[in-house]
Amino acid sequence: MSSPESAVEVTHLRKSYGSVVAVDDVSFSVAVGEIFGILGPNGAGKTTTAECVTGLREPDAGTIRLLGLDPRADGKQVHEIVGVQLQESAFQAKLRVGEILGMYRTFYRSPADTGELVDALGLAGKRHDYYRSLSGGQRQRLSVALALIGRPKIAVLDEMSAGLDPQGRREAWRLIEQVRDRGTTILLVTHFMEEAERLCDRIALIDEGRIIALDSPAGIVGRARGGKTVRFVPSGPFNSRVLTGLAEVTKVEHDGRDVVVTGTGELVNAVVLALHAAGVEARDVRLDEASLEDAFVRLTAEHEHDQGGQS
Amino acid sequence: MNALSAAAPSRAPRAAFGAILRNEARLVWRQPAGAIAAIGISTLILVVLGVLPVFKQPSSRLDGLTPFQIYIPILISFSIGILALVYLPGPLVSYRELGILRRLSVTPVPASWVLAAQLAVQACLMLIAVLIIFVVSVAFYGQHAPGNLGGFLLALVLSIAALFAIGLWIAAITRTSGAVRGISAVILYPLLFFSGLYYPMQLMPSVMLDISHFTPLGAVVQATVYPMFGEFPPTSPLLVLAAYALVFGFLARRFFRWE
Repeated sequence: MSSPESAVEVTHLRKSYGSVVAVDDVSFSVAVGEIFGILGPNGAGKTTTAECVTGLREPDAGTIRLLGLDPRADGKQVHEIVGVQLQESAFQAKLRVGEILGMYRTFYRSPADTGELVDALGLAGKRHDYYRSLSGGQRQRLSVALALIGRPKIAVLDEMSAGLDPQGRREAWRLIEQVRDRGTTILLVTHFMEEAERLCDRIALIDEGRIIALDSPAGIVGRARGGKTVRFVPSGPFNSRVLTGLAEVTKVEHDGRDVVVTGTGELVNAVVLALHAAGVEARDVRLDEASLEDAFVRLTAEHEHDQGGQS
Repeated sequence: MNALSAAAPSRAPRAAFGAILRNEARLVWRQPAGAIAAIGISTLILVVLGVLPVFKQPSSRLDGLTPFQIYIPILISFSIGILALVYLPGPLVSYRELGILRRLSVTPVPASWVLAAQLAVQACLMLIAVLIIFVVSVAFYGQHAPGNLGGFLLALVLSIAALFAIGLWIAAITRTSGAVRGISAVILYPLLFFSGLYYPMQLMPSVMLDISHFTPLGAVVQATVYPMFGEFPPTSPLLVLAAYALVFGFLARRFFRWE
């Protein structure tokens, strides 16, 4: 049995479609109250993982526990406590938004307040509109609302912000944070870096069905870069050893007038102080912290390279 | 079973089925093509037949019945057939295509409830159609309510069950909304022919009447015509209908996919 403080426990999950392995030995555990991201390129196995977690698909191997319950064997109990937003789900064209929400509300024992939910998602003015008259973004918001209407203990959201404009995206993110603050654990499937960086406590980076990194967003960025980079223009010549001797510094390079120092920790402080002690001033100091996007590209490329080397 | 497990049942609230049923009923009201076809067209045909004097002459070739009387069970079979074979599988296939059934399968409510709600709504339309056919023919054209009501209701229940089973089988073997329209039409029109809708079977070579008895809508006509005149329905059409219900019900169950 899983430890009580973990909401989602996935161990050695494996799923193939015919000869194509979609998910290959994926394990992770999500703590209660955490926002956990599954990030990866298209076709990496993100959705398959989410579908196995919600019980829509039966894994070929491995175990999944949601607060100790098996999504397939204990389906009914799991569906009571897990809210799901699926990619590409639609509703009857000639039902009104309020009628769809009202129906889903009756499915749960202690549902959320519909008014509050539609307000938070900017759907308040649309309750009397037919589903078919909604824009793509509004349909997406309805889909998020339906995932949360049962006041789930765990919400699994697959590409929640697909089709949302920047404004709608921010509203949806705020809502997810609020829902988390009330104790819901969020499993967020996304290929959208900004979303993962902004929302997630931890991220599993998936490529070709395998987890290639599992860490906080900052941790993943750090790992990919081997640290951060400080660029500056020195006020005069100095001996590189002033910097290479520092614990924080891993590499010093010259790029035209610029000096580029790669390292970890409190890199800027260490560099500026050491230069100052050597009587050199650092001008135009810029800290390049790699974005999650850089990390993503780099880690997936490395992964591909490793795969190529093995075969 | 201890008190704790009794206090935390995993059954969805009963209100959920009511909510699903209400929404399916709203959809029928907002997209009334099926209701218009089943209720409107059969009533219209009935009224047209009723005003033509020639349809009120008893004929020895029709076992002493008038053509108008012959058409009452035919119109009943038409209403049941068009709803069960066209307006039942249509929504079900599109619900599967749109992911509505899949979405329901991750709620505490089984996706099969929306199917049950569809059956309930279509059955209501069928009963309304049958009721209107009788009300119109009794009130305006001097006919009587079914003389053997028990036999009539038995025939009606078996007829609906048989045609629902075939409709569900169509939904089971069809993947897209486009395909379901085509398949429904290909199945429905020949069956309507053998029910005698276009031309009474009794006026055709007897081999046609024999074939008709083994078709679903032909059996509906046979099963419902006798109790209208006070007799219990003969065994053979009841058995034919029961066989369709069992065989196609089994096939539908075997091949139906929720996603």
